[in-house]
Amino acid sequence: MKNETRYQIVISGVGGQGILFITRLLAEAAIEKGLPVFTSETHGMAQRGGTVISHLKVGEFASPLINPGQADGLIALKAESLTQHGGYLKPGGWAAVNSSAPLEMQAPSRPFYLDADRLTREMDDPRSLNLIMLGFTLSSVQRGDFDHGVLHCSLGDVETVLENRLKGKGHLLQSSLRALKAGADSAAAA
Amino acid sequence: MKQAVRKELMMGNEAIARGLIENSCSVATAYPGTPASEILSSVAKTSKQLDMNMHIQWAINEKVAFEIAYAGSMAGLRTAVSMKQVGLNVASDPLMSAAYMGTAGGFVIISADDPGPHSSQTEQDSRMMAMMAKIPVLDPDSPRQAKDMVGMAYTLSETFKIPVMLRPTTRVCHSRQDVLPGDIFPSATKPDFKKDPSRWAATPKFRYQLHLELEEKLAQIAVHKATEPILRNPEANGRRAVVSSGVAAAYTAESLKNLQLWNRLPFYQVLQPFPLHTAFIRLLLEAYDKILILEETTGMMEIQLADRNRIKGRLSGVVPRAGELLPEKIEALLASFAGVEAQIPSLTQAPGRRPTLCAGCPHRASFFAIKKAAPRGIYTSDIGCYTLGLNLKAVDTVLCMGAAISQAAGFYHAYKREEKRPDIVATIGDSTFFHAGVPALIDAVNQNVHFVLVILDNRTTAMTGSQPTPATGKSATGEALVKVDMEALVKGCGVAFLEVGDPYDTKGFISMVKAAVAFSRSKGPAVVIARHPCIIDLARQGKTADPVEVMVTEECDGCGFCHQHFECPALVEVDDGQRTVVDPLVCNGCGVCLDICPNGAIVEK
Ligand code: SF4
Ligand code: SF4
Repeated sequence: MKNETRYQIVISGVGGQGILFITRLLAEAAIEKGLPVFTSETHGMAQRGGTVISHLKVGEFASPLINPGQADGLIALKAESLTQHGGYLKPGGWAAVNSSAPLEMQAPSRPFYLDADRLTREMDDPRSLNLIMLGFTLSSVQRGDFDHGVLHCSLGDVETVLENRLKGKGHLLQSSLRALKAGADSAAAA
Repeated sequence: MKQAVRKELMMGNEAIARGLIENSCSVATAYPGTPASEILSSVAKTSKQLDMNMHIQWAINEKVAFEIAYAGSMAGLRTAVSMKQVGLNVASDPLMSAAYMGTAGGFVIISADDPGPHSSQTEQDSRMMAMMAKIPVLDPDSPRQAKDMVGMAYTLSETFKIPVMLRPTTRVCHSRQDVLPGDIFPSATKPDFKKDPSRWAATPKFRYQLHLELEEKLAQIAVHKATEPILRNPEANGRRAVVSSGVAAAYTAESLKNLQLWNRLPFYQVLQPFPLHTAFIRLLLEAYDKILILEETTGMMEIQLADRNRIKGRLSGVVPRAGELLPEKIEALLASFAGVEAQIPSLTQAPGRRPTLCAGCPHRASFFAIKKAAPRGIYTSDIGCYTLGLNLKAVDTVLCMGAAISQAAGFYHAYKREEKRPDIVATIGDSTFFHAGVPALIDAVNQNVHFVLVILDNRTTAMTGSQPTPATGKSATGEALVKVDMEALVKGCGVAFLEVGDPYDTKGFISMVKAAVAFSRSKGPAVVIARHPCIIDLARQGKTADPVEVMVTEECDGCGFCHQHFECPALVEVDDGQRTVVDPLVCNGCGVCLDICPNGAIVEK
């Protein structure tokens, strides 16, 4: 029982990609379900295009950081994030990676790849990459045949959080939902 | 005031802000600095939403912020000042003195540390400053505890009439947790300053008395019940114990469970690392043979435990003397302390991406112009986004807030008797100039220092998330304030050469800086204000300039000039550095690169 409500996810990329925003959506989805949650974020100089990493811990935890080798999953908004932060994954963990081609993995894991840069260009909305990757992740891990749950929330849960957060910002909400869906659809297509 | 009871996802800094509001704080001041900046902006946001009657302000620097909040306490109100650890250095003068004089209303000093360091010049431990000042300090392990400790700090401050420090670290400030907002008690206190010159204006003779009083207060605080250390696992017994505070205590709790040591190693969480409780010190030294102390970033609890043989920590060398105590480090330390074998993976260091100025950042254009105008100069610089000018080799020194100007003066005096004197160009941001640059500029005028000062005026405190400056004319809560006129200020300092230009106008701006350099060689200090708004700040306000669409033509021969000297993240090398292209997702359309390619390969579409 306890295992099912403990998830540790690393989200990494570079400053300016909107990592904080998607971390927050996942954390709020946890609160919606009444689950305790911890996140840790990068602020300051690194946000100017440097390496940025978020830790997300859902369930009974005391501290905000994830130990190397213990993360259930990794969302890599840049291909290089996998090399840098793949070490956080536990054996058998999953990784959703923004890359046009499969990469060599550092840790044994289940990778899912999406060329989100291309998709972002096609959508002509430079700020949508984070949500495309989030949609892709949510949909991929739900499709992957893991023996037990791999994330505390579904695509629908995150949509609800988005709707609450962007209430009254119709245009932004629409484009955000579109990006989320585009990512999710490409997981279906893969 | 009753609030809806629903857990909220709160950043540590938001939780501290919430704590201040719940606990009737009526004056909150700050100077922005990572990781503390969001404290005051959250106070401002919440107080606006709830229509609280508070004074909330971004002060010109930490010393001024401290003194404003402290005077509020002298008038009997509950007040708070927040800053980052190096900001406390700036405010250390009033801090040391205020400790002696004491308080009337509760006064909390929030100084956020940055073990790592992630976004700071040093890893200094503010708790040591509290110890030096002789005031108590509380060390929270999480956003939730940080909020609770605000209330604890006010009680402590008012019980003992002493300033109290709350010392969160980056991992507390910038983590988020589900936190239950509590009830809000708006302040009902009216300001009532009770004159008492022997305290509030004490001369050295009275200061001795105040020092004795302070020592007496500390002795009582060291037996104060509410802040006593907590034995987290009473079921554990053994002759070895672990003592920890702050976020290190949170990691310790998790690691002891991971290692199945929870029932074996007694674990004390310290809430108030200084003064350490007298009875606790006695207990530790009586009950245990070996004691491991896990704390950030200096061994300051360790210092207070006199036994050098039994205490293992930062000072004894068991715990590394520098650096953040990441959870994997703590787990390894605990395993070896308990004598158990454990496989603890650590991260192999892969080179990360270095930060760089945003695509379209006006600072990049300014640095480009400075290097054109004074190619072999000495470039002193300062604290802000523009520190990243070092990637462009346009920043040679970064010391602390305001030092760009005084260091420029120092280099001038060092070289002035030489036949060949280098050009000296200092860069400083608008907020940093107001913070600590002005006295240094007056000094440079007074000494007739031959140098150029380029004030990178992007109309905001960009690095820490766009807080207003005195020239913005906006308060923390968005109301209009009196705007300070930067040009008049510079002229008032006695500067004879002053020009204002837009760095986006590449050619015009280069000749302006050239003229300033020429003036500085023969006459004295010259100031150029490089004025162009931060594009991130503009975007936040929903504004954008008309973008210039740029492209790279066949003329590009892969010389790499634009990467080495300009480094716009939107200009990307492809084909193994044979060619450069523009990444339209990243390009901001500032158009500055049109003037920089030596082959003229960057053109308008
Ligand atoms: S935030 Fe503003 S000042 Fe800082 S690098 Fe970006 S554009 Fe420049
Ligand atoms: S126009 Fe040129 S300098 Fe400006 S953001 Fe685009 S590529 Fe960079």
